[in-house]
Amino acid sequence: MNALLHGRLTGLLVMGAVIAILPAFLPNNFYLDIAILAGFNAMVCVGLNLLIGYAGQISLGHAGFFGIGAYASGVLAGTYGWPPILALLAGAVFVGVLAFAVAKPILRLKGHYLAMATLGIGIIVSIVLRTESGITGGPDGMMVDPFKIFGVELYGEKVWYWVVGALLVGVVWLSLNLIDSPMGRALRAVHGSEVAAEVVGVDTARFKVMVFVLSAVFASVAGSLFAHYAGLITPAKADFFKSIELVTMVVFGGMASTFGAVVGAVVLTLLPQALTVFQDYQQIVLGGILMATMVFMPKGLLPTLAALLPARRRA
Amino acid sequence: MFAELLQYMLSGLTIGAIYALAGLGFSIIYNASHVINFAQGEFIMIGGMASATLTASGVPLPLAILIGCGGAMLVGVLVAKFAVERARNASTVTLIIITIGASIFLRGVAELIWGKDFKRLDAFSGETPIQILGASMQPQSLWVVGCAAVLIVAIGLFFAKTLTGKAMLATSHNRLAAQLVGIDVKRVVLASFALSAALGAVGGAVVAPITFSYTEMGIMLGLKGFTAAVLGGLGNGPGAVVGGVIVGVAEALGAGYISSAYKDAIAFVIILAVLLFMPNGLFGKRGTERV
Repeated sequence: MNALLHGRLTGLLVMGAVIAILPAFLPNNFYLDIAILAGFNAMVCVGLNLLIGYAGQISLGHAGFFGIGAYASGVLAGTYGWPPILALLAGAVFVGVLAFAVAKPILRLKGHYLAMATLGIGIIVSIVLRTESGITGGPDGMMVDPFKIFGVELYGEKVWYWVVGALLVGVVWLSLNLIDSPMGRALRAVHGSEVAAEVVGVDTARFKVMVFVLSAVFASVAGSLFAHYAGLITPAKADFFKSIELVTMVVFGGMASTFGAVVGAVVLTLLPQALTVFQDYQQIVLGGILMATMVFMPKGLLPTLAALLPARRRA
Repeated sequence: MFAELLQYMLSGLTIGAIYALAGLGFSIIYNASHVINFAQGEFIMIGGMASATLTASGVPLPLAILIGCGGAMLVGVLVAKFAVERARNASTVTLIIITIGASIFLRGVAELIWGKDFKRLDAFSGETPIQILGASMQPQSLWVVGCAAVLIVAIGLFFAKTLTGKAMLATSHNRLAAQLVGIDVKRVVLASFALSAALGAVGGAVVAPITFSYTEMGIMLGLKGFTAAVLGGLGNGPGAVVGGVIVGVAEALGAGYISSAYKDAIAFVIILAVLLFMPNGLFGKRGTERV
């Protein structure tokens, strides 16, 4: 237990240190912007990882939750003039209730049904965003005002970098604590053998629902903040491909590894930037990575690398 | 009024036939390997693209469809052999991700080969609409529904009468027992992918004159095929066919009477409602699991 706690703190400290010194190596705002985008993706992925890696369920619609959060902020804070933090909370509450209502009956089933349901929600959300152009601006998207809290306006890459960095550390810390809590152990049991977990008295369905709701709310909050940061949101941020991209990040980085999810998000946010020369091959590369990761390193990048190292680094 | 309704029913039946074929493909693969094959839509795309581009370069239509069909079957077997079988004992999540990866990969390859633009395939027997009780119908719709019906009956006979078909059924009921009585379950999985690919590719070819062919044509068709399969109860072949027709008709009615902008959402609204209230699909058995 002590060693585990130790490993957890080390990982968090290493990540904090990387975030703290990274700006010194980033020559201009363009790179800072990519780092911020990676941070937003990482926040969603840490939550999604709880669902995929620990509850053994897949969501093919998390971009939909991200999109609801983003548009809740855009519409409520922009069109209706709510304080941004209230709009963010409203989005998060709505997503939480929606996720709960859907997950409650479905997670009692086994197998692929959550994948189907989340897929459906994601597609419906993106179609609504595209169609209701009176409210959402349609396919072209809508502008979002900067985030203001206590009269302070968050503006510019430099400020947002620290905000996103701090939030990411917070989200990771929360996730690590959750994994080591009794609930986390219950979740791992669910992933191992659901029936066995039930036999020893774990209410598996309840845990799966809780994790699903939590991961959806993470996505919504990240979406809200992203909307304020980017200043422009489009339905593409909520569509099926974005959901797949998020799942890819989690899986590539390492299922059931919080830091793996962060690494996956960072690597796959950078990859398209690095691959712009191979624009035509982007799909082939993305699909290839997905298949190859699952076939050759089913645990994902970070856990596979960690297994190669002699030391016992745990994430 | 009646003519309008009939019109919607006919167009719903046409597209529903394609969903039925895709849904049947999902069910066949699911039965053989418990894999949800998200690359099913890509088989449809391969069939549509191959027949459109080959006929454009002078290959006779039946041969073009046959080549597209063969190509899709080959791709299906490759996906099964090099991606799915290798991860045989992996979790459901892993297998879903592999097939999603395969679908993105195949779409990328298709874009390299055929480019991104829409390809046109001429209707098989002209475009003079047929008038039925005031509703008009493209002759191509008859081809779509007819081909789908023939294929569905053929698949039914295949499972009921042939040894390979029975071996596949046996594997779906109990993989281990099937293995014990000497069925090569690995070949059954490969056969299931080949069969589903063939169904998808023919579907893609016959529907291409109506929808046009493009590399992304398989995404929505495949996903709706999946909703058809879930609607009918995963792994239930006839259920998937009925599910496909229901989704197609509901979509056409919804687009006609409610809003055409929400056409693509209708299938997913239905499936969410079914999952919430009838969690095993319309015809699915209540599942129990052995440890």
